[in-house]
This record gives sequence, structure tokens and C-alpha cells, in this order.
Amino acid sequence: MSERFFPDTMPPPMADGTSLPWWEAAAEHRLVVQECGACQATRLPPSPVCPDCRSDQFGWREVSGQGEVYTFTRVHRPLGAGQAIPFVIAVIALEGSGGLRMISNVVGIDADAVAIGMRVEVVWEDMSPDLAIPRFRPTDD
Amino acid sequence: MSPARAHIVGVGESAYARWGKIGEVSEHALACQAIQRAVADAGLSMDDVDGLASFAEDRNEAVFLAAELGLPALRFGNMVWMPGGGGGCAAVSNAAMAVETGQAEVVVVYRSLCQGQFYRFGSGGVSADAPAEPPVPSLQQANSLLMASMGFAMPYGLLMAAAAYALPTRRHMHLYGTTSEQLGLLAVTFREHASRNPRAVMGGRPLTLEDHQASPMIADPHRLFDCCLESDGACAVVVTTEERARDLAKRPVEILGSEQGAPRGYAFGPFTNANIPDALYATGGGEEMAGRLWAKTGLSPADVDVAQLYDHFTGCVLMQLEDYGFCERGEAGGFIESGALAWEGGSLPTNTHGGSLSEAYIHGLNHVVEGVRSLRGESTSPVENAEVCLVTSAACVPSSALLLGRK
Repeated sequence: MSERFFPDTMPPPMADGTSLPWWEAAAEHRLVVQECGACQATRLPPSPVCPDCRSDQFGWREVSGQGEVYTFTRVHRPLGAGQAIPFVIAVIALEGSGGLRMISNVVGIDADAVAIGMRVEVVWEDMSPDLAIPRFRPTDD
Repeated sequence: MSPARAHIVGVGESAYARWGKIGEVSEHALACQAIQRAVADAGLSMDDVDGLASFAEDRNEAVFLAAELGLPALRFGNMVWMPGGGGGCAAVSNAAMAVETGQAEVVVVYRSLCQGQFYRFGSGGVSADAPAEPPVPSLQQANSLLMASMGFAMPYGLLMAAAAYALPTRRHMHLYGTTSEQLGLLAVTFREHASRNPRAVMGGRPLTLEDHQASPMIADPHRLFDCCLESDGACAVVVTTEERARDLAKRPVEILGSEQGAPRGYAFGPFTNANIPDALYATGGGEEMAGRLWAKTGLSPADVDVAQLYDHFTGCVLMQLEDYGFCERGEAGGFIESGALAWEGGSLPTNTHGGSLSEAYIHGLNHVVEGVRSLRGESTSPVENAEVCLVTSAACVPSSALLLGRK
């Protein structure tokens, strides 16, 4: 098991048929974005039809997991038992994704040191053998 | 034949209280009370009412309220899709469409909240106590499109609105140098307005900028006093045709124009959507809607005498000031510092009831109530000769707005 950042009581993700492949890739520690089969535009969160060309053909592109902090907040209210505060929720701009961002956490750093523009990389947290959540930590450079 | 313009002819509310303080009276009983008071304020009887409209996944369905209140018939029952408070003005707009097209003649828009009897917004069902049996974290089946969308927010602990709307507000600070003190001035201004309003939950509790700066951090930059109240209470407004409005009890207020919706790619807004276009991210998402509202009414921001802006969080008020064109993008902080929003001496007196920050949080329908009072000359912070009032419902989610005019 990987390093743990959040307690088991953290709300689990919920998926439907459209978003399930994203979570199945995550379970294999692959960070993916959805890619239109017709115009190659990328999108997140997963959706049935390309909002640009309206094609329903799509595939999944794996991204590097490198990125930077687009915006963030430090949450000072615990989320139930065992939750350390403050913790950081951030929007991460994903490198090589065609300009996409995702909501996640910045971990492994003092919350007060997080800043917009900070370079980060994905770190997978195995919440259980079947569930992995992508968080982000500052890169060394 | 020119289109009939709908009018608001009655407003009413229950007593407002802090979250969880109304435990004996059911939420739908409170809704009935507010509806009856609004109908009485109009000089109408429940026998005149043939439509009901609400928003925000209302637990108090119109079909039940129609039966409980003895409506002769329910000809129009409507719920708006805009999430949460975003549907308040839209529900009034839908009521207006109903009476303008002859679907109904008298429609009451209502909202009742007794959160203490249900669950608390933002808790996400997470208990503060350690569970007896620790869960094994696993992927769950989403029971709605909203929950599938929340699947990209909740596993990261994004449950509270205070945290969700901190994200665009932080970005606004980064881009334009907006400060916590500027946000705090909004809270202080609205609290001062509440000091004259006997309905206001925080009416007797003065607030200074120092109090704001010393208040606990919730999700930065949002401190405690940047967050709206959590309240129990209900309110309602009565919408009818121009013809019916002519000889009722109070001076009618005309619905000059209304808009609802969201820009391209917005979905639920920053709560679940990290991919709002960059140019829209640090905004309230209402700029296009505002443009349509000005265009269809032939009015401009300079014509607005008083505003009731949805204030779930101070940052969202700040971004709305830019969306609606009261100042340039990035300049709302300075606009607030100039005192523009104050009842005393301000160029745009805003939230003259105290808003959701200081009167009560009734999902913003109380802002429509105050909009009507401010044009009738009934506000406790009256703006002399006010002729045009802008009312907004939410920001940073799909939202809605009304321009109201004095007859």
C-alpha cells in the first residue's frame, strides 16, 4: 500500500457508466483524460458526447501526472474522524492534457507553502486494494 | 397586442431564526404560513391562487401544498433546474411566464428551509464521530448525474460550498490583487443594513472589519464572516398579470426583465467543474446573462437604484459586481472600498435587508422580497425614489436575475 494522506472515512468517489473507465484507470495508477475520436479534443470529467464536434466516439489518453496549481483553498474544518487540518484542495492544470484541469489535493507540504503556479506531480493514494485516488505533491525542481 | 407584463403584488415571510431553531413546526407548515402572508399582503385570497413555483430541489412539493392550502385547482406547478439558490429569480421568471401566457393567473413562488430537521448543507453525510466499524473505501454507484459529477470533487474533501467558492475567489485575488479586507467590507456593510431590519437574524449584532479579520478561517480566503448564515424560515412572493395587479392592496412592482442559465461548458460551476474556460473561472459566471438582461430591458448598470445581490459568500458578491458591469473586471475590490454598496451615501445601495450574510439564508428568495419592498418604499433601509432594482440568485453556479421596476 502507498503512503496515506486521508482517513478511510473520506467520502468515496461515485461513478456511473460514463465515468467508470476513468476510475478503472485510476485503480491501475493511470491518470487519463477523455479524447474525442473525431476531432481529438480532450475533456474532463468524462461525458458521452464531444462538446466541440458532438461525436460520440472517444478514447482515453494517459497524461504524465505533471502539472501546476491553478487555484486552491486551505480547508480548516475537519471532514470527520481522523482528518488533519488544514488540508489543501486545489485545481491542477495537467501538462500534456490539451489544457485540462482537475480538482484534487496538494499533499506532502505545509499548507501555508502552497501557491498558485506551484509545480506538482501526481501521487497515488491507495485507499484500499480496489480504490486509488490521485493527489498531487510539489516536484523537487 | 403587446405582451402582458407580469407583476409582483405580494410578499410575506415567517419569522427567521438561526439554523435548527425551528424544530416544532414542519418545513411545509412554514411554507404555508409564508404563502398565506404573501397572498394577504397582496389583498388576495387563497381562492385566487392557481399556481405554485419553487426551486433548489424543494422538499415541499407544490402538489401537497396546493391541497394543504385548499387551492381551487393547481394549474401551474413548477420547479427550476438551476442548482441551489440559483433558481430563485428563475422561479419568479417562470411564474411570470405562466401568467403572461395564460397558464395561470396568480402564482406564488415560495421557499422554506428548516435545515435542522433534515441535514446540514455541506456535510456530505460525513459524521464527526469515528464510525463503529471502519469502512473499506470503495467506488460507489452514483445515483444521479449530479453525484457522478460530485465524484470528481468529494474524494478530495470538496463538500462545503465555502471551499468550492474559495477556489474562484482565490484566483480573483491572484489575478487582480483583491484582499480579504475588501471582502470583509461587504460583510460589514450588509450587517450595518441589517441593524435597522427587525427581521434580520443578526440585526442586534454589530460587526466591524476587525471582527471580520479576527474571525476563524473556514476555507481560505473565506473566514467565518465571509460565509452566509444558516437559517430556518420561509418566504413567498405573489406574481400575477398587469390587469389583476391594478387594483390590489399594495403598489405593484413590475418585472422589467429576467434571465436564467449558464454559459457554455459551465455545468454545475466550480464546485465540480475544474474546466470552466479560463476567462470565466474567476467570475460569477453571470456576465453573458447580465448582457442579455441589459439588452432586453434597454437599461444599463447606471439605471439601477438599489441592488439585492445573492450573497452566499462575499467573494461571489464581489465577482457579481463585475459580471453585471457595475465596475470593470478586476476592479470590484476598489469599488467596494469606495463605499458604493452602503445605504448611507453609496451609489449602489446593496442588500438593504442585510442579505444572506445578516438577514437570513432562505436560498435568496428573501432578496426578491426585499427588492419588492425597496421599490414600494417599505424597506427598513429605504432608498429614496428608487425606481429600478436588480435582484440576483446565486453566482458561481448556474444562476438567474430579475430587473424590477416601480409602477
